[in-house]
Order: sequence, then structure tokens, then C-alpha cells
Amino acid sequence: MKSAVVQLPGLNRDRDMIAALTKISGKAPVTIWQTETDIPDVDLIVIPGGFSYGDYLRCGAIAARMPVMQAIKAKAEAGVKVLGVCNGFQILVEAGLLPGALMRNASLKFVCKEIQLEVVNANTDFSRAYEQGQIIRCPVAHHDGNYFADAETLKTIEGNGQVVFRYAAGTNPNGSINDIAGIVNEKGNVLGMMPHPENLIEAAHGGADGRGLFASALDVIAA
Amino acid sequence: MINARVTVTLKNGVLDPQGKAIEGALGALGFDSIGHVRQGKVFDLQIETADKAKAEADLKAMCEKLLANTVIENYAISIA
Repeated sequence: MKSAVVQLPGLNRDRDMIAALTKISGKAPVTIWQTETDIPDVDLIVIPGGFSYGDYLRCGAIAARMPVMQAIKAKAEAGVKVLGVCNGFQILVEAGLLPGALMRNASLKFVCKEIQLEVVNANTDFSRAYEQGQIIRCPVAHHDGNYFADAETLKTIEGNGQVVFRYAAGTNPNGSINDIAGIVNEKGNVLGMMPHPENLIEAAHGGADGRGLFASALDVIAA
Repeated sequence: MINARVTVTLKNGVLDPQGKAIEGALGALGFDSIGHVRQGKVFDLQIETADKAKAEADLKAMCEKLLANTVIENYAISIA
């Protein structure tokens, strides 16, 4: 499985993401710069977290309109897996690859802590390594992670099983509607999530609960 | 040249925690008459054309493509 990590001005979680992908797949991902329109042949494209373009206008709004996103959109339509974490999730919703929007945290505060996630759909390319209903630990660090979708969209994504991760009872850090922490598109090949699984993949991190997501996406689940 | 102002506001039913915080702060300052507060954004744009219809069409496209996130926001365009 070949992977790629997108690098844009202001993204700062790219190194963590590169380390996680390298450690879990055994192969370093290629990196894609903002001006690239010709994306190499890979199985997984990751948009990491950070503050692309200084979060100007709306988080992810400027990045979503860069040429590289048109290229990523085309890859996603062709079935390539795309993972957006934190700012990457915000970019994916702004680009229209995922439904809904991410708004300012209900508390108005930046939250940086560990929460718990419930795997509510373990039948996706990004969550197969987990058990249905499993509760995993995961760090969050964001100011605008308050997921919102109108009633009709919400009904659709809930009905289709597009909600993959929910904040476990009592740990919703941002006011997200229905405790939504991560969703996939209808086809199931694009996942966006606010928490940072790449920061909990080995003993040095104090746990490895995030590893299952990469093992699923990179198709390296231990038998 | 045409001067235009675009106002972007949150749609009804979309929670606005910043507006709520401002509402609370105004109340705390003693403005007892304060009702609901909703926060929005204002953009002042100069359009290099004399063609008002074209400017209007361009501004609408700018709002749809970038200035507003139509999932959560409405926009209004006024041309001076």
C-alpha cells in the first residue's frame, strides 16, 4: 500500500502523520505540495492537521480551493482512499468531499486533551481493525471541531452508516451534533475526523489505540 | 469601478456560540434590553468593471464559491 501526505502552508501535523504511516506500513509516504496537480499513484492520500493558510476566512476554506484539492477530488472520485484529520477534515468538508460543516467549538475554547471514541461503524476501509462498538482513546486538539449538518443531511448520513466515530458518552469536546467525531462519504473511501489517531500509535505515546485506523486504511491488519 | 459589500450571516437554526457569548457580555455590561445576537462577516470589495450586471453575477459566484459556506451561511450583496 502506497500512501501520500499533503503539505500546505500552515499545516503542522504532517511530520506526525508521516511518522505514523511509515511506522505502520513500513514505507515512507510521498509528500504532495500545494501547487501539485499531478498526484502520484497511491492507495491512500492523507491531509493532516494544522492551520492551513492561517485559518483565514473559515478553517480549511482557502486550502479547499487550491489546485491540489481538485486533483485530490479527482482521485477520490476514482476510488482512492482519502483521510483528513483535524484541519484535514475541515478542508474535506469545505471542498465538498464530505457533507456538513465544522464550526467554532461550543465552549469557544481551543481543546487539547484526550477523549474517547466509539467505533459506530467498524465496516469501513478505515475502521475494520476495530470491533463494532469498541471504545478507543484518542487525543483532540482543535478550536473549530463542532460538527454541524442540517436535519436532512444528518438523517442521510446516520441512515447510511456514514458516521464512523462518535465521541463516547460524556466526552464530546466541542458540541458536535449527535456527538459526531468522524464521517465517511457515501462511497466510503473518504474519511474525515477531528481527533488525532496518528498521535496514539505506539508505547511512547502512552497507547496505540489509533493504530487500528491506519492498519485498516493501509491494509496491514495483523491476522 | 463598482464598490460592493457582501454580508455573510449564519443561517437560522445554526448554533452561534460566538453570538451567544457576545449576547452574554452585553447583558453583563448592563444592556438589559439585549435580545438575540448573531455574529456575521462583512466584505468590502472593489470590482474593476462599469457593468453592474456583470459585477452582480461575479459577486454571486464569489459568494457561492468562497465567501460563504452555504451549508451554514447566508449572504447578501449590496452594490453602492
